[in-house]
Amino acid sequence: MPAYTKKSEFFRGARDSLPLVIGAIPFGIIFGTLSGSAGLSVAGTMGMSLFVFAGSAQFIAMGLVAAGTAWPMIVLTTFVVNFRHLLYTATLLPHLQNLPRRWQAILAFGLTDETFAVAVGRWRKGDASPHKHWYQLGSMVYMYTNWNLCTLIGIVAGRMLQDIAGWGLDFAMVAAFIGMVMPYLKDRPNYCAVMVAGTAALLFYGLPHKMGLIAASLAGICAGVMADALMRQRLAAARGRQKQ
Amino acid sequence: MIGMDTLLLVGGMALVTFGIRYVLLPFSGRIRLSSGVQRALAFVPPAVLTAIIVPMALMPNGETIEIAWSNPYLIGALATAVIGWLGKRLLLTIVGGMGVFLAWKWILMAGWIGQ
Repeated sequence: MPAYTKKSEFFRGARDSLPLVIGAIPFGIIFGTLSGSAGLSVAGTMGMSLFVFAGSAQFIAMGLVAAGTAWPMIVLTTFVVNFRHLLYTATLLPHLQNLPRRWQAILAFGLTDETFAVAVGRWRKGDASPHKHWYQLGSMVYMYTNWNLCTLIGIVAGRMLQDIAGWGLDFAMVAAFIGMVMPYLKDRPNYCAVMVAGTAALLFYGLPHKMGLIAASLAGICAGVMADALMRQRLAAARGRQKQ
Repeated sequence: MIGMDTLLLVGGMALVTFGIRYVLLPFSGRIRLSSGVQRALAFVPPAVLTAIIVPMALMPNGETIEIAWSNPYLIGALATAVIGWLGKRLLLTIVGGMGVFLAWKWILMAGWIGQ
């Protein structure tokens, strides 16, 4: 029986995030690289990685800056794109609710897709470790440091290598997210959720302000819930028959 | 974009993002999630991540759906999924998928496969 200390949880959280940190490296570099040609200043680019810390939203915002969009519209789009994180907080609510307010604020700041995916697995493990929040902190500190370092490298590289934008480094995010989805594909309701979310994302892609992302996510969640209910019903019916 | 506009943009984005991630926590003591809601929340990660990935892989130019050998994002995504399915190792999946994507891009550039 291993003893769980604050330190061991912190480093385990960081270690378990390593694959996602590696996946974020090309993505962070390309963000820094493209910012110059998009018309975002060095301060604006670094500021986003330091204070917003939301990869996909930062990319979309950069694209909108390049298109000459006014800042209130970009902030609104950020709201829509990041709204999914409300569901992450809701998922972790039972685990975070007894932490001091300071801890809640820090962990909320770093609640990215990646850290959520890693931390939710730790919270759901059955052991009674009182330091699981240190695990989540380890994951977010590692992701945060890496993200900002890569943004900085990208800013510098973008001014030296002109054609780095065409390398397709943004694929790293696709690869990382596929790797994060795979463990969920273990039963039919999850397959339904993924199939419907993917199809709906294509159908709703044209909706303004990236609203399609939320619509598709909700469609996928609904499909999963319905498939889950159907399976429970069948299971109950089968049990009923057995009893007779 | 410089100065005031940058400040408002970054500040606004930071506020909105932190707000979304934090807002439920102060009320957590008063929020009771039914088992139905909790079951629904379990589908959040796969549904959201898939909704982000699929358009990136199938519509790399952001306009038309490209189901073709000439779309390295699609080939790379399929390869990543297969590696993930077989290996079940996250690091291997990401690095392997990235490798297939870059190799495929290179093959396309070399002109071995017609457009």
